[in-house]
Amino acid sequence: MNAQAVQHADHDHHDHGPAKGWMRWLTTTNHKDIGTLYLWFSLLMFFVGGTMALVIRAELFQPGLQLVQPEFFNQMTTMHALVMIFLAVMPAFVGLANWMIPLMIGAPDMALPRMNNWSFWILPFASTMLISTLFVDGGAPAGGWTMYPPLVLQTGAAFPMLIFSVHLLGISSIMGSINIIATIMNLRAPGMTYMKMPLFVWTWFITAYLLIATMPVLAGAVTMLLTDKYFGTSFFNAAGGGDPVMFQHIFWFFGHPEVYILILPAFGIVSQIIPTFARKPLFGYSSMVYATASIAFLSFIVWAHHMFTVGMPVAAEVFFMMATMLIAVPTGVKVFNWVSTMWKGAMTFETPMLFAIGFVVMFSIGGFSGLMLAIAPADFQYHDTYFVVAHFHYVLVPGAVFAIMASVYYWLPKWCGHMYDEKLGQIHFWLSAIFVNVLFFPQHFIGLAGMPRRIPDYAVQFADFNMISSIGAFGFGFSQLMFAYIVIKAVRGGKQATDQVWEGAQGLEWTLSSPPPYHSFSVQPHIK
Amino acid sequence: MKRKHIAGALVAALLSPLSAWADWGMNMPRGVTELSEEIYGLHMAAFWVCVVIGVVVFGAMFYSILKHRKSLGVKPATFHESTTVEIIWTVIPVIILVSLAIPAAQALVKMEDSSNSELTIQVTGHQWKWQYEYPEQGIKFMSVLGSKSREASALGSGIAPGSVEHYLLEVDNPVVVPVGKKVRFLFTSNDVIHSWWVPDLAVKKDAIPGFINDMWVKVEKPGTYRGQCTELCGKDHGFMPINVVAMDDAGFQAWVDEQKAAAAAAADDSNRVWTQDELMAKGETIYKSTCAACHQASGAGIPGAFPALTGSAITTGDLKGHVDIVLHGKAGTAMQAFSSQLSDADIAAVVTYERNALGNSVGDMAQPADIKAMR
Ligand SMILES: [Cu+2]
Repeated sequence: MNAQAVQHADHDHHDHGPAKGWMRWLTTTNHKDIGTLYLWFSLLMFFVGGTMALVIRAELFQPGLQLVQPEFFNQMTTMHALVMIFLAVMPAFVGLANWMIPLMIGAPDMALPRMNNWSFWILPFASTMLISTLFVDGGAPAGGWTMYPPLVLQTGAAFPMLIFSVHLLGISSIMGSINIIATIMNLRAPGMTYMKMPLFVWTWFITAYLLIATMPVLAGAVTMLLTDKYFGTSFFNAAGGGDPVMFQHIFWFFGHPEVYILILPAFGIVSQIIPTFARKPLFGYSSMVYATASIAFLSFIVWAHHMFTVGMPVAAEVFFMMATMLIAVPTGVKVFNWVSTMWKGAMTFETPMLFAIGFVVMFSIGGFSGLMLAIAPADFQYHDTYFVVAHFHYVLVPGAVFAIMASVYYWLPKWCGHMYDEKLGQIHFWLSAIFVNVLFFPQHFIGLAGMPRRIPDYAVQFADFNMISSIGAFGFGFSQLMFAYIVIKAVRGGKQATDQVWEGAQGLEWTLSSPPPYHSFSVQPHIK
Repeated sequence: MKRKHIAGALVAALLSPLSAWADWGMNMPRGVTELSEEIYGLHMAAFWVCVVIGVVVFGAMFYSILKHRKSLGVKPATFHESTTVEIIWTVIPVIILVSLAIPAAQALVKMEDSSNSELTIQVTGHQWKWQYEYPEQGIKFMSVLGSKSREASALGSGIAPGSVEHYLLEVDNPVVVPVGKKVRFLFTSNDVIHSWWVPDLAVKKDAIPGFINDMWVKVEKPGTYRGQCTELCGKDHGFMPINVVAMDDAGFQAWVDEQKAAAAAAADDSNRVWTQDELMAKGETIYKSTCAACHQASGAGIPGAFPALTGSAITTGDLKGHVDIVLHGKAGTAMQAFSSQLSDADIAAVVTYERNALGNSVGDMAQPADIKAMR
């Protein structure tokens, strides 16, 4: 292990800077460049997916159809989910992993830099293929991001494009994950034992295993869809002896771990930020690691809670209900540990800390509705209503997305060497935090009152809360333009950041200059 | 004593918005069955557990945010571990969860026990309507979105949804159940997966092609209960509502007799010869309720998704070919087989209508007897 690391260090003594021009970005094998590419790509897709969300919320502003036909509405809900999950949130976390894991474990770069370049450059092709379905005969996929057959088989010319883009995105994720695991296992600096790794590294380490375990499952499921449609197989076709529910089992065997793929790195980020601004070490480091591992394990045995209504034996329903409720325990441990980290600290509230606190509060709200959803008998009422929409958006927007934004504010001064505009950052936080609640909180009410999800038009008794929700959506969406502005402004210039950036910051990444040299840790650091 | 009063007032204040919520449609309905009440109870129990945990955890956090800040000149503590508290906050949630899981599991067992039912209703999902069949009574009919809602919901219709009573939640033919009897519902589908949900009955079950799911209700109170399809099923997923009318025994029996009489009349309709005008008039109604959702009221279809009927090779070509596609559908497309949904007279009428309206004028017509011969 060490020998390999030393070899890398030797190699870097040739000390070459970045190539000039656009070829630098196309051919780069540098983890910082690739991280930057991932993050810009993700930001762009965040706005693409956000625009789709605004089409949805504009149509739902009042009852009746005002703007789009139902089939286009369905295309928007489907594409919004696919873009946000696979092209915005996941690439953002991979970008953060690329930038930060080598810096946090004292490695000179990722273990497999050439593959790293590939795993990024697949994305623009996959996303172009996916998004261009909007312009083909029959329009974009409209059967929901869950791609349930038989409905998804009614997709027009977009169908093979959907399947192949999912394949490509899966390949990209698997390559990224292999790289992350190889880096963490082989390139840790001497003395950086597993139980000394920063939590962001730990959570990504576990996430990478989840990705490797589940992405092939998704690829298999969508390939079976492809052969069902074009090659006469009947995997999911009841008329041919197949089973449409089997797809749902396979899909959610991928889909539930996927949920944790989207949130575990966020746990890691928050576990880095809170101790920094509380000026106090993370409470219960080892229990945080064990809790993450338990959540990852449990994520493989709870999938059927997404499908209580398909008709399962009562014993299966009871099992999946109880296994799901069990996840509340390690998740609760994490929240309690974060609060205990703040307890008796000496806190300051710069933008990263604000987003991290926003994460803890609003992710917990999503966790509470998740606990309610786990109660299977009640889930028969909640399932496929706006209550579910509110639940997973609380976990993903003020959850995952807030954590990503927190991490950008936290590490941006390290990446570009300039402080961002603190005042604007705080305004951005407050606008986001207020509007995200205006957007999603009323959706709990309309869901409980009986509004199904994925409908373009609704009964008039849901009108008031839908209008409030849409106002929140536009407020939230336009507030994010501020985020882009703040980031670009900081990249272009600003107050020079110190090496440590934040008074309470601990860890290897803060020992480097801001910005760090193109090739960092050419000489291995030693951890006591 | 005084303290008790204050506590009581606090609880009342906390609860009062809840009763107001119910009026505003903010909470799960209590429903009209024993099971729906039980589910409501579980929902509220889980809700209050979350509220209490939230108050404690966020309370501690916000206290810390107020008191433990650098600007107050505090020095940070250095503690970072305590196995005891880790064990405490692992064990307490487990106890809370178990106390929620036990009644929930009991409710599940009850929900899934549909034995000893007194009436069976088979529900079949179609894109985008529901078919109800009472095998013991020999009743079978389709239920589609009411025409007023259909018109108002068209893009740019200019009709205010508020002006339509029960907008998007009204159907032409409701499903009728007797009050106080255990009714077993069987669910399946003819095309894609749908889900049958009526919040007041606390029933939501997927209707899956090739599978039969079951669920039961015992409605305690006469009335009309409204719900919707809750599994994305294509373009008109938002436009296939469910109406359940619960009646006392006498009312239910009268309804059954009425349905049987109507079915007999329909059977007669399929055995006689129709005039062109009769066919066109009936054809128009059937077209609007059954075909217009895809092929559009004008017959223009939706390019790329649903073919036009105006001037199409099928509606202006061989009559037999036209009847065949309506009867048996077209594999691999959204065009379903209508042979089990429509009577001979219905199909004769709608085929005649499609050939002589919507901008077509072939001039021929189909008789119920022709359809019978082709089945
Ligand atoms: Cu449906």
